[in-house]
Amino acid sequence: MIAPSPYSVAHLKHVRRPHWGRWLAAALILLAFAAVGRAFAEGQIAWNVVAQFLTAPAILAGLVTTVTMTFWAMALGIVLGILFAIMVMSANPVLRGVSAFYIWFFRGTPLLLQLLLWFNLALILPRLGIPGLFMVRTVDVMTPFVATLLGLGINQGAYTAEVVRGGILSVDPGQSEAAKTIGMTRLVTLRRIVLPQAMRVILPPIGNEVISMVKLTSIASVIQYAEILRNAQTIYFANARVIELLIVAAFWYLAVVTVLSVGQYFVEKHFARGAGTSRPRPTLPRQT
Amino acid sequence: MSGEPMVIAVEVHKYFGALHALDNVSLEVAPAEILCVIGPSGSGKSTFLRCINQLERIDGGAIWVDGALAGYRRVGDALYPLSDREIARQRLSSGMVFQRFNLFGHMTALENVIEGPVTVQKRRRGEAVDQARGLLDRVGLADKRDAYPAELSGGQQQRVAIARALAMQPKLMLFDEPTSALDPELVGEVLAVMRDLALSRMTMIVVTHELGFAREVANRVVFMDGGRIVEMGAPQEILSQPQHQRTKEFISAVLP
Repeated sequence: MIAPSPYSVAHLKHVRRPHWGRWLAAALILLAFAAVGRAFAEGQIAWNVVAQFLTAPAILAGLVTTVTMTFWAMALGIVLGILFAIMVMSANPVLRGVSAFYIWFFRGTPLLLQLLLWFNLALILPRLGIPGLFMVRTVDVMTPFVATLLGLGINQGAYTAEVVRGGILSVDPGQSEAAKTIGMTRLVTLRRIVLPQAMRVILPPIGNEVISMVKLTSIASVIQYAEILRNAQTIYFANARVIELLIVAAFWYLAVVTVLSVGQYFVEKHFARGAGTSRPRPTLPRQT
Repeated sequence: MSGEPMVIAVEVHKYFGALHALDNVSLEVAPAEILCVIGPSGSGKSTFLRCINQLERIDGGAIWVDGALAGYRRVGDALYPLSDREIARQRLSSGMVFQRFNLFGHMTALENVIEGPVTVQKRRRGEAVDQARGLLDRVGLADKRDAYPAELSGGQQQRVAIARALAMQPKLMLFDEPTSALDPELVGEVLAVMRDLALSRMTMIVVTHELGFAREVANRVVFMDGGRIVEMGAPQEILSQPQHQRTKEFISAVLP
């Protein structure tokens, strides 16, 4: 046999990197989970009460209310957000001024204050309507649902406007120019060319805000809006099972948010078409 | 070449702030004429092209495209600016091809080509698709119909962009340095499509650095510098026996 040349490579083997850090992290996290789990197991939680109220009619009704409000408030927020984003970028100084004021006011005051303001609108405007056409009493119109919808939706619109503006700015101006040269008006260009491409940038923060909204609906309990947390409170005021009912509410919030997160993944994937990547959520660059 | 000119520019001025980008530019382009505009960067040639289809608003003078005064309605001696919608309609007489292609990134090649006919001209989708297939065939991309722009080479993207402009059935094609952003080996395929288009008697204004293309295809060549037209004439005259010192310097610097 001839001695192997130092440059022969066929018999060499790649040894896998050991990843000690991953093992260590896993061990620490398991330990922490065990401690938390033990605390809950030993804590005085009546799990049978949790199970009993998990599907109680009042809780499920509250869940439906929460999801409904999230949907409508977010829909209002997105419509207003797109509208005001377009206005703030328009050439018309009046529209720019109005939308700048809107964003300034509704981003600048607490949401709780805005909810109370809508709910108590009757104190300053007892009647609403167009003189001569129709008139209604404000207290009849400004139900907890309407006050919550206006409060959450209009406030959300102010934030969404900034997100949408960022998305529109992210689209290459060459896209609008090309649209003009095939005879598109400004509005058609926005609808067909700019917004669909801006969606890629707009969607991740909007998804985040939908999830925020699910939980924000809970502050409407202060104006007697019967969402899930308020209904849980009503029950525990009666039976004093505070932690059990809070666990029930937490379970349902997590369930809704989990479903939404999965939905977000697929919506983002849809709007990533043509972006030259099949992975809408790349990981951080890895050390190799 | 006969009939009314396709483009008439009279004493056009354009300013960007203090920069006098177009300084008294007057020019006529006849139907089916191929006009190549050459000149150094910043000479105003691209700006002039963009004024013809109103991507830029001019600050003085006037431009007529296919008999229509661009951007204004004239009543007596008063000029009233047109609305966004009316300007969009005027733009339909010309098609434009950009240096950076500007294909719609969220649409496939075919969708890019049918977008204008379907959305703007309200033509039937089936008819628009048939036309688009024909156009993509013509630019040699029949097999790339369903590819997104990010999946195409620069030369392929530019050929789709030409098909997209042609789908609107324009009377005039404007090319803004169509090969300047391409890898050298991809320039030929785009110029071949443009040559083919020139043979079909399309009126073309081409801003380019491809002096070989200008010599071979153009009916007339315009040399611009500092926002002015320095000289224009037959390709042989301008490219081989330029009269002005500035033109001579430019051509000897560009030609190897």
